[in-house]
Amino acid sequence: MANVENSEIRYLNPPTVEVRKKKYCRFKKAGIKYVDYKDAEFLKKFLNEQGKILPRRITGTSLKFQRKVAQAVKRARSLALLPFVTDLLK
Amino acid sequence: MIKQYETVFIATPVLSDAQMKEAVAKYIDLIKANGGEIVYEEDWGLKQLAYPIQHKTSGFYYLIEFKAAPEFIATLETQYHRDERIIRYLTVALDKHAIAYAEHRRQVRANKAAAPKVEAAPAPVEEVELEETKED
Repeated sequence: MANVENSEIRYLNPPTVEVRKKKYCRFKKAGIKYVDYKDAEFLKKFLNEQGKILPRRITGTSLKFQRKVAQAVKRARSLALLPFVTDLLK
Repeated sequence: MIKQYETVFIATPVLSDAQMKEAVAKYIDLIKANGGEIVYEEDWGLKQLAYPIQHKTSGFYYLIEFKAAPEFIATLETQYHRDERIIRYLTVALDKHAIAYAEHRRQVRANKAAAPKVEAAPAPVEEVELEETKED
């Protein structure tokens, strides 16, 4: 018992240290300044399977461009380029 | 003050080619008659709608880029609204980034249209093959 108290904490299985990839804003990285509502295929990258807009915490988009993406998606929806609601978009 | 705009409208799929051309001509004339200037136009053709509008599942898309006074937009949209051939429309003002993007997009499309004739002979063949597989 004394041995255990003296030594550092030991684990049966060494705790896995996740090396997460840092998220980045693809618009800032690629230098895109305008989000086009006509390009439905591109906008689909920011939607989930139901056609909902994915949050920033998942896509890593910066706030500035998240607003633009949201605007573009909504325009595309009104032109029937993207669905408002659906299943299995991808 | 003159601003640059972009408008997309969807016409009913029941129109014939001539009727569609007439509808397009009407709006282009309307823009020109009100002191506007056409920058670019693009026919997307008959496209499948993502959801039905007025019980229709497809429509003719047409894009016009133009320069006009902001007051004109209201007139244009009333005309769209009154027109039974138009089932949906969207007019957007373009900022400087959007104008730059639109120019770039135009060039890319022009190059794509020109390229297969000059150099990339195999490219069109691939496209045809893809289309065939889709049909299957």
